[in-house]
Amino acid sequence: MTVAATILDVDTLVAGYEPGAPIVHGVSIGVGRGEIVVILGPNGAGKSTLIKAIAGLVPVVSGRIRLAGEDITARPAHAMVQRGLAFVPQTENVFTTLTVRDNLKLAAQKLAAGQRGARIAEMHVLFPDLKRQGDLPAGRLSGGQRQMLAVARSLIVAPQVLMLDEPSAGLSPKVVADVFRKLEEIRDSGVGVVLVEQNVRAALAIATRVYVLVEGRNRLEGTRDELASDTAIAALYLGGAMVAGGASR
Amino acid sequence: MTLQFLADGLIAGSAIALGAAGVTLTYSIMRFANFAQGEFISWGCYLTLLIAGPIGAGFASSVDAIGPLSVGWNVVLAGVLAMALTGVLAIALDAILFRPLRERGATITAVMASFGASMALRALLEVLFSSHPFYLSRELQMAIPVAPGIRVTPDQMVLVGFAAGLIACLHLLLTRTGIGRALRAVGENPALARVAGIDVGRVILLTWFLVGALACASGVMMGMVMQIRPTMGSDILLPLFAAAILGGVGSVPGALVGGLIVGLAEATTVELLGSQWRAAVAFVVLISVLLIRPTGLLGRAP
Repeated sequence: MTVAATILDVDTLVAGYEPGAPIVHGVSIGVGRGEIVVILGPNGAGKSTLIKAIAGLVPVVSGRIRLAGEDITARPAHAMVQRGLAFVPQTENVFTTLTVRDNLKLAAQKLAAGQRGARIAEMHVLFPDLKRQGDLPAGRLSGGQRQMLAVARSLIVAPQVLMLDEPSAGLSPKVVADVFRKLEEIRDSGVGVVLVEQNVRAALAIATRVYVLVEGRNRLEGTRDELASDTAIAALYLGGAMVAGGASR
Repeated sequence: MTLQFLADGLIAGSAIALGAAGVTLTYSIMRFANFAQGEFISWGCYLTLLIAGPIGAGFASSVDAIGPLSVGWNVVLAGVLAMALTGVLAIALDAILFRPLRERGATITAVMASFGASMALRALLEVLFSSHPFYLSRELQMAIPVAPGIRVTPDQMVLVGFAAGLIACLHLLLTRTGIGRALRAVGENPALARVAGIDVGRVILLTWFLVGALACASGVMMGMVMQIRPTMGSDILLPLFAAAILGGVGSVPGALVGGLIVGLAEATTVELLGSQWRAAVAFVVLISVLLIRPTGLLGRAP
């Protein structure tokens, strides 16, 4: 499958916490501008490890990661951010002892001094709650607001690619819908979004393309509709979500 | 009985506060109780002594006492240079010893290693300088009465002001600047800090530099009011930890409050019960805090 304007290109990546025991065994994925790529798979498939390795948090054994054509394999995590690759961890993804405003200001420190205020103001437009609660320690936010803050914090640097590790975990269905609606807005602004999810149905509803990983390897890939049309595959790997509920939210 | 012991306690407490600020920084940013903190204090003081001599020899006029103080510009300049050098010493010790252990996740081993580093650094001072005492100043100063029964020397007034100023600067750095925000972020969650674009390695270097420089300032304060010996730092290690925990680990204003309370408590105990009880004071403070208010006076609940 050809992807228009591939922004993130991951080529046969092998990665894991221990050098001798990789968890990701040669996965390749591509992400284009303005699309939401969902990575699915059973527990232990290496989905989280894959995006942590791309973000520079898990050692890469071999393979290549290119962002906008530039090789960024095994760069330190803080350097990835500067190059436009943002990552939102699943848990502990905001600084709970810092205020909401300081969480945003911290991320804005990577920008030129003149841009910081404007960029934070843009986030306040996208996430109005964060402006109202600017002086609150982030630890006092609700689960959904925390997730919004984590996304806003990672968007401050205007990344080309935004990767999220199970943003729906622990949130109510209504809040998941809110978060995912924001992800669609972010996609529409031209950012490539990578989503690792257990909540298959909600994720598929906003997916442009889907990769299914099994045991650290690519198993399937295709557009949402391609996968949905094969009921056997859907039943096997997508937990029946497509069969039961279709692609609607 | 005069109230002189209050002034003495305040001065000792200021020196303890500077060292305790270092303990609190190391712990809140690296989750690491550094027992070599006392040796940074001793080394800072000896480095000041070592640098002040050649400056005084090279620029004879720099030895002349500044105004009413007992020391000249050579000691002030040496103190500033020694603060930077002690910061570098702390960075070097981290690079050689603590960082490799931290990267392997051996936190407890690193704490034990800091005991070893403490002994090695102290022994090195004894080898280089012997255990014979030195003095930064041998001038006798007229103490000025400031309250009934309390007299302080000009040196002591300047030192207390200097300590309070340093603590205030550190507090502003942590709470009002981008650097401080990065330091606090690394203290809370180093992995997330990396994802947020912070170079955690550089933040840790900066932390060690600040810790070393503060310890040196504490050492210079002690060296101005008492004998300089290789054991001077290890002797106040327990008061440092008592002060940091009393104030609330992670809180710089807490380190100041804790340091002053421990200093005053020691001086009061010596005045009322005798000097043999001095060493027990820090223990009593430490145990009381742990029993009554484990988060410390200005600390946050975890």
